[in-house]
Amino acid sequence: MAETHKEDGMVAHAHDPSYGINVMIWLILVSFTVVTVAIAGIDLGRFTLLVALIIAAIKSGFVINYFMHIKFDDVLFKVFLLLVILVLIIILVLIAFDVFYR
Amino acid sequence: MSNNIATTSDSHTVEHAGEHVHRDDYASKLGMWLFLFTELLLFGGLFVLYMAYRAEYFTMFQLGAKELKIAMGGLNTIVLLSSSLTVVLSIVALQRRNIKGSIFWLISTIVFAFAFLVIKYMEWSEKFHHGMFPRGEELMNQPEGVKIFFGLYYSMTGLHGLHVIIGICLLTFMLFKILNGKVTPDKFVPLENAGLYWHLVDLIWIFLFPLFYLLH
Repeated sequence: MAETHKEDGMVAHAHDPSYGINVMIWLILVSFTVVTVAIAGIDLGRFTLLVALIIAAIKSGFVINYFMHIKFDDVLFKVFLLLVILVLIIILVLIAFDVFYR
Repeated sequence: MSNNIATTSDSHTVEHAGEHVHRDDYASKLGMWLFLFTELLLFGGLFVLYMAYRAEYFTMFQLGAKELKIAMGGLNTIVLLSSSLTVVLSIVALQRRNIKGSIFWLISTIVFAFAFLVIKYMEWSEKFHHGMFPRGEELMNQPEGVKIFFGLYYSMTGLHGLHVIIGICLLTFMLFKILNGKVTPDKFVPLENAGLYWHLVDLIWIFLFPLFYLLH
């Protein structure tokens, strides 16, 4: 896998970048899309959206980790991303409490 | 090709000729991520709005979603996922010093991006044709919740579409930079950053698709 290192002069170097893994990730993402469309045909009642969103979350996990390379990036990138996701979840949950228990 | 290699080695001689060019790939990438975070929060706000209105008009949203075609949305999902793959392949090819391959995959990405816009255009124009647009005669007769659903649909997919257009400009800009030898196997971070932006566009669509199309 390609890896960007923080080293002398802060110039990024790629280490053994490969095509194969990315094609694999793409296949996984496409199959998840097919699954989520197939599930939409089944009536899961109140869980329909929840299941669809869980699948979307899994898909974005693959995109962020592999396509966007976060898995192989410096720890600072991971910490920042986690903080932003946390902020988004806090905002969503707090407003959800307000909206649903009004 | 030979032209590219010539310009690449040219820029090398310039670098070694004593003119100091400050370069910090780590900071450049971090800056791109910080920008992407603001984008996430921008769309996050719209998702919150969606959640609040969906809670209020639960059945109306399902009614509205039935108007949208899963096949079109699903096709666009596949198109965007594929474009995400091709932009990664373009970066990998560049890192592997395969400039021709990199250009090929980058052009494929741009083609996919246009395909997305064409499909989106077909969807929108079909809706417009039936008067299902804000203040359109058909939508005006619909219940309040359906109007709000379509208001959100047009603003969120519209803002996303705007990002696709900006993405196309960015990727085309990178294509010229590779052709001019400004982005090279030794200096690939600008292409990586453009790729990051493109993945964000894909990421947002991954959530827009189930929220608007899969509510049946």
